[in-house]
Amino acid sequence: MKYVDEFRDRVSVETLATAIRGITTREWTIMEVCGGQTHSIMRFGIDELIPRGITLVHGPGCPVCVTPVEAIDRAIRMASMKDVVLCSFGDMLRVPGSSKDLLGVKAEGGDVRVVYSPMDALKMAVDDPGKKVVFFAVGFETTAPGNAMAVYQAKKNGVDNFYMLVSHVLVPPAMRLILSDSNNRVQGFLAAGHVCAVMGYDEYEGIAKDHWVPIVVTGFEPVDIMKGIYMCVKQLEEGRFDVENQYSRVVKREGNPEAKRIMKEVFDLSDRKWRGIGNIPLSGLVLNGRYEGYDAEKVFGLDAVTAEEDQGCMSGKVLRGIIRPDECGKFGGACTPEHPLGAPMVSSEGACAAYYNYKDREKNEG
Amino acid sequence: MKDNSISDGYRTCPVPVSSYKKVLLGHGSGGKLTNDLISSVFMRIFDSPELDTRHDGAVMSLGGEKIAMTTDSYVVTPLFFPGGDIGSLAVHGTVNDLAMCGARARFMTAGFIIEEGLDMEVLEKVAASMKRSCDEAGVRIVAGDTKVVEKGKGDGLFINTSGVGTLMSDEPLLPSGIKEGDAIVISGDVGRHGIAIMSAREGLALKTSLESDSALLSGMVEDLISEGVNVHCLRDLTRGGLASALIELSSVSGTGMRIDEAYIPVSEEVKGVCEILGLDPLQVANEGRFICFVPAGEAEKTIKILSRHNAGRNACRIGHVDGRTSGVYMRNLVGTIRKIDMLTGEQLPRIC
Repeated sequence: MKYVDEFRDRVSVETLATAIRGITTREWTIMEVCGGQTHSIMRFGIDELIPRGITLVHGPGCPVCVTPVEAIDRAIRMASMKDVVLCSFGDMLRVPGSSKDLLGVKAEGGDVRVVYSPMDALKMAVDDPGKKVVFFAVGFETTAPGNAMAVYQAKKNGVDNFYMLVSHVLVPPAMRLILSDSNNRVQGFLAAGHVCAVMGYDEYEGIAKDHWVPIVVTGFEPVDIMKGIYMCVKQLEEGRFDVENQYSRVVKREGNPEAKRIMKEVFDLSDRKWRGIGNIPLSGLVLNGRYEGYDAEKVFGLDAVTAEEDQGCMSGKVLRGIIRPDECGKFGGACTPEHPLGAPMVSSEGACAAYYNYKDREKNEG
Repeated sequence: MKDNSISDGYRTCPVPVSSYKKVLLGHGSGGKLTNDLISSVFMRIFDSPELDTRHDGAVMSLGGEKIAMTTDSYVVTPLFFPGGDIGSLAVHGTVNDLAMCGARARFMTAGFIIEEGLDMEVLEKVAASMKRSCDEAGVRIVAGDTKVVEKGKGDGLFINTSGVGTLMSDEPLLPSGIKEGDAIVISGDVGRHGIAIMSAREGLALKTSLESDSALLSGMVEDLISEGVNVHCLRDLTRGGLASALIELSSVSGTGMRIDEAYIPVSEEVKGVCEILGLDPLQVANEGRFICFVPAGEAEKTIKILSRHNAGRNACRIGHVDGRTSGVYMRNLVGTIRKIDMLTGEQLPRIC
């Protein structure tokens, strides 16, 4: 992993900080789309290294944060059923539904298991035909191909006790929504590198052109993010709005054709509710007609489970970059990782948790 | 002009999950939830001055002699893992807890909670491993207990060990001994045990050659004391990792601590797995590492003594105790400083 150290090199970061200072003539607001980038920015204190006039705001790119409360409630309903094993990636277990979270259901006796891959859930179904194994499929374009492959393999091998509760969301429609909002203050984007590794970035070229915003496909290490900020500020200062690729060691313009193919085989586009934001047309993925026998929502009638979001916190504004987490009145007081009011305080990639864990630098006198 | 702002009805968030009515796995993680549980239930109800020291064991006087006492339970899965097994772990843990009080372990007890159906051969292998570790540590198991629970009500085997030891130093080593200006020395690289266990678990297809750091620390502590290092406090790093140990000691001793990420030893493999899973090596479990608080002028001598031992060969100074701050702050690799926090619940791998 020397590869990672190279992108955490202090001298490279300082050189880029100097370069950013050298080209910045006025104030700019840039959104990092991905929660992983927010986490890195806060963990490494990148916001302290860039000129004060450049404001970094968090985007809607934390998969845990944007999963709607009713999807959690549906997962909780499934996990509470007899002979059901509910599998998910770790982060999802802590996110509050209407009245509890999946860890709470597990403590009450529900069979909730953390898996590291949807294929592990599929194997569980094969190994234990007496159980109904449900994989809670959340996340962006990054996790969708793997989840699609699990359903594809289930059908190919005739596994009939495996189901998927799908709550996938897509990044570009959310970026367009943010830019169309009259309260928008985002002038440039650091696009999520992992999402673009799958999908490529040709779709982003339309967004940049339609909304006159520069978009830089950016990685997750400190050097990546500093370079992404430099490229974005340079475009802003020069009055350009192109899509540029900082993360070329991973991302190609066309993305990963094989991953896109399997997604197309299994999923259709659909409208999707985003937690804290609301419905965004054609911003989600659902299993298509060929795979509806694997759709937990349809098979178990879960669409009857609905939930209203509470008036507790301002996460919607945080996720759209309208306020920073520490501008919320409840931040760090009524809302902490131990007692979260909203998902962004729960997930390791959530903006509020990142600010809470790393923001306390008031005594950084050296 | 038409207002395109998103409806206020959608700017909200969910109902809070407040305090948990049931015990979660996270209550055993060694992080914040564990601390909450200990403070709000056990410390409050048991209410003893020895527990108030919040150390790895208690030091008491008995018949004019100062003794230390500790207990711990082991629930590790799998029972055998690269670099150790539940038996050696159960002995190391208790001997090490006594060493952290400045005591040499003398006698131990062992309680076994066995799940119906466990292979007898497995139990024998674990017992033999315990015996080997006891011999190495110079300690004897003098009492024990056996319970068998129904199939499905245990995880193969749980072991509880308690230990009694005699003080090697004139005074017990306690968190309250930490002083401003002390150097913080770590005995080796962090995170090996947690990552070795995760890699060995079914479902995580990570091929690593990592072995647990599980080891006896008593020899190192004995050398430090016998060679006259003015040790102010010791703490072994267990479930909550380096972060939890430092934060707890900072809080109990009322001191601030400064550490430097560049000096914290982490193996390339641990770093790699942590990157993949989104874990912080500072919060990953250890079973054979400890931190020493010694006067700054004695840091070099401390490192030299620790380095003579196999488990201490990567010993180094990672920071110091700072009177200006409260809490634990770390200068990270790119030069900025951040506050270190305890793990909130269990360590859960991120989604992407």
